[in-house]
Formats: sequence, structure tokens, C-alpha cells
Amino acid sequence: MEAKSKSITQTKAKRSELFRKLGPLIALIVLVVVVTFLNTNFINPTNILNLLRQVSVNALIAFGMTFVIITGGIDLSVGSTLALSGALTAGILAAGVPPVVAIFAGLLIGAALGLLNGIVITKGKVAPFIATLATMTIFRGLTLVYTEGNPITGFSDDFTFLFFGRGYLFGIPFPVVLMAIAFGILFVLLHKMTFGRKTFAIGGNENASYIAGIKSDRVKYTVYAISGMMSALAGLILTSRLNSAQPTAGTAYELDAIAAVVIGGTSLAGGKGRIVGTLIGALIIGTLNNGLNLLGVSSFYQQVVRGIVIIIAVLLDRKK
Amino acid sequence: MKKLFGLLTIFTMFLLGACGSATLEGEQSDESEKVAEISPDEMTIGLSISTLNNPFFGQLQEGVEDKAEENGTTVRTVDAQDDTATQINGIDDLIQQGVDVLLINPVDSDAITPAIESANAAGIPVITLDRSSEGGEVVTLIASDNVQGGEMAAEHIVELVGENAKVVQLEGTPGASAANERGEGFNNVANEKLDVVDSQSANFSRSEGLTVMENLLQSNSDIDAVFAQNDEMALGAIEAIEAAGLEDIVVIGFDGNEDALAQIEEGRLDATVAQQPYEMGSLAVQAAYDYVSGKDVENVISSPLELMTAE
Repeated sequence: MEAKSKSITQTKAKRSELFRKLGPLIALIVLVVVVTFLNTNFINPTNILNLLRQVSVNALIAFGMTFVIITGGIDLSVGSTLALSGALTAGILAAGVPPVVAIFAGLLIGAALGLLNGIVITKGKVAPFIATLATMTIFRGLTLVYTEGNPITGFSDDFTFLFFGRGYLFGIPFPVVLMAIAFGILFVLLHKMTFGRKTFAIGGNENASYIAGIKSDRVKYTVYAISGMMSALAGLILTSRLNSAQPTAGTAYELDAIAAVVIGGTSLAGGKGRIVGTLIGALIIGTLNNGLNLLGVSSFYQQVVRGIVIIIAVLLDRKK
Repeated sequence: MKKLFGLLTIFTMFLLGACGSATLEGEQSDESEKVAEISPDEMTIGLSISTLNNPFFGQLQEGVEDKAEENGTTVRTVDAQDDTATQINGIDDLIQQGVDVLLINPVDSDAITPAIESANAAGIPVITLDRSSEGGEVVTLIASDNVQGGEMAAEHIVELVGENAKVVQLEGTPGASAANERGEGFNNVANEKLDVVDSQSANFSRSEGLTVMENLLQSNSDIDAVFAQNDEMALGAIEAIEAAGLEDIVVIGFDGNEDALAQIEEGRLDATVAQQPYEMGSLAVQAAYDYVSGKDVENVISSPLELMTAE
């Protein structure tokens, strides 16, 4: 008798676990079906590729954000990091540095900016929200100082750099390829390696993980550096795609990234989350943006709809 | 670590193997042949607006929609919310829907280029509104003639305070085309008929207009008139002038926004060179009709300006 009830609760637990994992995916499928039903243009391969390219920038930022949020932190500086590393890379390119070198320099700048966040948070014992709120305005200010408030243009006609944001590989937009590569690497890092286990441990219970011998400061440096580097990668894609570095690029992008992470089922309290969920979350937001545009919904209503979807996602996540 | 290394190797090989099939956006097709004739009531216009949070562009959108509705044309609007990346994505979505003509009001003249190249590659004619594009093929640009507007402002100052009056100019954001052109027009007249004692930038901002004007009042006595290259700066300058207890300085703004028109009625602002965004939108739709019916369309179409005074 006892054994029977135990097995029932077990299957129940398994079922809800399954639902937690599949919830966002089901939501995405429903959304795709509904939008396709209303406008068949949506499912055209060219539109799907177009959609994936639109998603790639937010998805890359959100991948990095997933690590940060799993440790129980938050990174509000991603949009400013994107703008600053994009502008500096444009400057480096304008100085005549080969594009491949400039791209790597841009990524390192992003990682360094993220590392700075990590240092302020761990060494300064400043709450992540406050620390990154401060660096958000600092990085934005530095971007405006560096660009003098004007877009930087005409820095490169080089194929390699243009290819970064505007290229196609086997007919697939290169930003989408980059998104897939970043996803693959970060998935392995988070779910298959010790570093990932430490990331979850810190978010679950920082004191316990400290006792267990995890050097949480080091993990946090890396996590914020990853977030910075992903923002920089997104910034390079935008700079290449727009053929210019905009001083106001990436404004409010932190909100879309956080939304993607949360819709994907990662807990803002830390310790729980999946990067696959974040990818699905970013796809849901992208499908909404693209779908509502295709359906000709006014941009004012679009914002309302996006907010409602976030609330529904979070409520569904808590119900189970 | 080994797993990660293996993964990286696979990706690198994939990338190297793929080098041959790499192409760039806007390069794939080249169907820039003349567009097939479409009657207005079968036409769909795609409209990309820089931001609908600014009443100026709201009126521009109304102008497009009203003119289109008169002729039975469908309009699909996307709002870029002043973000260059959002604008490009929105235009991609319009291209996906297969609109017949694109009307684009760019957030930024450089950053819009790739979107216009995509439209060119898809064979969709593009008309830009209010701001130009640095690249790509555009049928025409509909914009106010800022040079003429600057001249109108200077002429009006001459009328009000006479020749050789002492004038200061508040310039817009350095490098902005509107600032350069309005300044050029103003100087065309002012260099001959007025005494421009100082000219400084206040970045099109009301608060900066206030502080720059305060400084100008400190360093120059007996100023007769102020020309501000937009209304916001003019309204800031008025605050500074009133705070200094001066009253008989003539202030002229540019744009004709609602606040400025209200201040003219109250007698605080003397005049503004009003742009007519509604008219601009209407002209753009007409240009689209002309283009698809095979008529010649000029490279630049000037939208009319009007000097608004208390009368």
C-alpha cells in the first residue's frame, strides 16, 4: 500500500518535472501554429531564417545572462557592454587592424568589462543589481564619450567583418551559425562540466558550496566575464549588420535578455535553470515580435502582448 | 575540457569546409528591373517609422495613412522605437510580407543602409522620409528644405528688428544634417543683413538651450534677437531671457511643435518655422503612386515650410 502511494507521488513528480522542462517548448509550438494559421507567410523558410537572425542577438546575451542568474545574480550592464565593445571594435578597425584581430579584441574587451562587474560584486561585496546598474551607466557614458555621441561609420569594407553580421553560410545567416556555436559550447560548459556544477551550487546555497570547497569568487568572475563576452559578440554582430557603431545601441536589451531567461524556466532566485529553456525563451520573444509585425498589429499593442506572455510564462512555471 | 576541445575542433572544421559557400546579405539576387504597374487600390505600402513616441512622426504616419486610405491602399506600419536594430528587423518583416513599396523614416542615415540594400535585392522600391540614407538605391527623399527654413527665420528677424541687429544663434547637435542646413540658410541671409555676435551648440535640447543662453547673456549685452535651430532650444532660451529680466529679445524657433505653437499664442515665443509632417507623409504616398505608374519622380521632394507667428 505504502509502496503504491509512493510510486504514485513519484510518477506525479516525474510528470511535473517533465512539464517544467517541456512547458516553454509547448508554448513555442502553440505560438508558431497560431501565427502560421493567421498568416501563412510566417512559415516560409526565408522568414524563419529572418526570424532566427533577429533572435540571435537577444539569444546570445540571454545565454550569458543564464549563467549569471543561475548563480543568483543579475547583469544589467549587458546593453551598455554591447554598445561600448561595439564602438571600441569599430575604432580598432578604423585604425587599420585586421578584422579577425579586431573581432577577438572586441570579445576580450567584453570579457574584461564583465570581469570588472565580477570584481565589484565579489571583492566589493556589492549586490549584483546595484553593481551592474552602476556599470550600466558607466559603460554607456564611456560609449558616449568615445563616440562623442555620434555613430561611428565607414570603418570597414572588409568582407570578413561584414560577413560577421551580414553573411550567409550554406544559406544560413552567419549570426545564426554563431548563435548555434555559442549555444553548443555554453551547453557543455553548464550541464556537462564541473564549472557548471559549481555555478549551480553557488546559486543553490553559497555558504554550503563554500564549505564544500568551491571558490565562489573565481566562478563568479568567469560567469560575469562570459556574460560580458556574449554581449560583446552580440555587439559585433550588430555593428557589422548596421555597418555602424551606434552610441545608443543595446538600450534596454537587458530586459529582453532577462525575459528570455525567465520565460525559459530559469529561477531568478538562482540554483535552477537550463540554457535550452533560454534559447526557447528567446525564440518565443522573437516569434512574438516577428509574428505580430507580420499580422500588422500596432507596435503599442505589441508591448502589451509581450508583457502578458512573460506573466503567463512565470505563472505556468510556478503552478507545477 | 576535452569535450569542449572536441566541440571546438568540429566547429572549426565546419567553418573551414564552409568557406566556399559564403555570401553576403543583399548580394544573392539582382532583380532591380522596373516594378510592375499596380493600381493604388491593389497596393500595399510598408511604413517604417523611427519612433511613434514623438508627435512629429505620429503626424507623419497619419499623413501616410490618410492619403493611402483615400485611394484604397493598405498600409502596414512598424515602429522602430528609435532603435536601429529594431528598425532593420521591422523592415525585414515588411519585405517578408511582400509589400509593394517601402516608405522608410530612418533612425540613422548610416545604419539604415543594409535594410535598403535588402529591399533593393528584393526588388521593392524605397522612399525615405525626413532623413536620408547614406547607401542603397532610393527612389526619392521627402524632406523639409531646411536651408530655405533658415533663410525664412533670418528674413523674419530682419523684418522685426531691422538690419544689422545683434543676433545670436543656438545650433543643433554638431554634425546633424538638420543643424548644418538650418545654419547654412540662416547664415546666407544673416551674413549680409545681420550682426551675428555669437553662435553656439545646445544640442537640440531645451535644458541645454537654457544654460547656453544664460552664458550668452552674460557675455553679450544688448542682444536683439535669437535664432534657435529647433523649438526645444528656443523654449529653453526664453526661460533664460525671462529669468534675466529681459523682455524685448526676439526669439525664433524651428519645427512648429505643439509646445512652441502654444507659446506663440501666449506671446512668449515670437515665431517658428513650422515643418509639416502630415504633408510630408502625404507627399511620400503620392510619390509612390507616381513611381509605380511609371511617372518620373525627382530625387528630392521638398516638403513645404511655413512661418508661424502670433497673427
